[in-house]
Amino acid sequence: MTGTITFRRKAVDRAMKWAFVLCACLVILPLFLIFFDLLIKGAKELRWTLLTDLPRPVGEAGGGIANGILGTVVITCLTMSWSVPIAVMCGIYLAEYGRGKFASAVRFTVDTLTGVPSIIMGIFGYILIVLPMKRFSAWAGAAALSMIFIPVVVRTTEDMLRTVPTTVREAALALGIERWKTTLFITVRTASAGILTGILLAMARIIGETAPLLITTLGNQFWQTRLDQPMASLPLQVFSYAISPYEDWHDKAWAGALVLITMVLTINIVARVLTREKK
Amino acid sequence: MEIVFDIRDLSSWFGDHQILKKIRMQIAKNSVTSVMGPSGCGKSTFIRCLNRMHDMTPGFRTEGEILLDGVNVYSERIDPVYLRRRVGMVFQQPNPFPRMSVFENVAVGLRLNGRNMSKADIAEVVERSLTMAALWNEVKDHLSQPGMSLSGGQQQRLCIARALAVAPEVLLMDEPCSALDPMSTAKIEELIEDLSEKYTIAVVTHNMQQAARISDNVAFFLMGELIEMDKSGKIFTNPSDKRTEQYITGRFG
Repeated sequence: MTGTITFRRKAVDRAMKWAFVLCACLVILPLFLIFFDLLIKGAKELRWTLLTDLPRPVGEAGGGIANGILGTVVITCLTMSWSVPIAVMCGIYLAEYGRGKFASAVRFTVDTLTGVPSIIMGIFGYILIVLPMKRFSAWAGAAALSMIFIPVVVRTTEDMLRTVPTTVREAALALGIERWKTTLFITVRTASAGILTGILLAMARIIGETAPLLITTLGNQFWQTRLDQPMASLPLQVFSYAISPYEDWHDKAWAGALVLITMVLTINIVARVLTREKK
Repeated sequence: MEIVFDIRDLSSWFGDHQILKKIRMQIAKNSVTSVMGPSGCGKSTFIRCLNRMHDMTPGFRTEGEILLDGVNVYSERIDPVYLRRRVGMVFQQPNPFPRMSVFENVAVGLRLNGRNMSKADIAEVVERSLTMAALWNEVKDHLSQPGMSLSGGQQQRLCIARALAVAPEVLLMDEPCSALDPMSTAKIEELIEDLSEKYTIAVVTHNMQQAARISDNVAFFLMGELIEMDKSGKIFTNPSDKRTEQYITGRFG
């Protein structure tokens, strides 16, 4: 009798384990499906000129997404130029100084912002910058992307700083190092790999954002480096190729998507390597 | 005998919980003073008052005075940052700065304290500090290795070198050997003796043998009170208080 119970218990145990493994597989499956699907469908248009040429009119062979890549780089750098310091400093505030009601309010707000749909951030950029300037622009896109970038980095920075043991801060203070220097040069340095990883992951996220850019940077078929003008970006370029009715543009959309996911994947891998180095 | 710390009726609280009760004692210059007692007797709390390490703890407060050269360290006139440059500290767990090399660990205090020293000067102080901490010969060829890669005992000596580098007058040690093996402990104890020629040292320990080996003076704490303080020889052979006798004969604690 105990024999059958033991058998049942072991069978359930094993079944549950396989259920967990199965779910884990289900989770990672999409990435592989997407990537291989893109590889197959995007390969047709994946050539060097895709990365170096401007889009061409329908029917003309060739043409690329170079302006989109440039635009994505410009908009991402622009966003990060102010978002990184603001987000990291805010994270430092929450981790090192943030006690009391104000800090809780900041934390709650940041968490809420993390969950706001990205199109809302687009509308925010539209109202705040596009309407007053009466023009779509890279500025507006960067403003919208900041709202997505900052909350994520604030929380990862705070979390990473909290992993730094109190003994490290105490050791620094006991040397007669001022608190702000202790924070910046000891505590933040100790957590730097984790903070950098958070920044890279948030960067990977905003590189792929499309919706907020639709109504802020608008997109552009030409080279454009002026920040107060509509600017192309990779996701927008993919979007406009994809919704077009032309077969060869569809192929370019696939290829563009492949480039985009490769960029995001590369950043994620770099982030991964950085975290591993920490140990 | 010159007095460095003159502690007058020091009481302290975490919130409503009183930890120290009217401690009166003196710490003599260039000597080793041990603070001994069972866990929870307030000895760590006490020693951390001497360099105001409790400042960041919400709800912590003190009464009474800790005079350092005649000035209360808790008075408005004292900036805790400068106080800590005069009164260094070594902690229970060796805590080298992660992500810093052996060299950087020792040099960082000099660099961040805004002394504007040349690279050569810093290198000299680092070598001198590591030599004083009896670590130089072991690490001189590995100065760029992470501080964390050293053994536990070496890490603790690195922390001592780090504290010495900013040239304090007093060194506080909060159970510096309790996380170390006997060999490393012996080395640190030897080091404490050597350092006491130049520095005033206060050591917290719950290990009586250690207190007997290293100290000139021993203070015995129990339940937040100073039971007695005397020469090391006297307290272990002929204590005046019955509770001290019970503790050193191992009847409690």
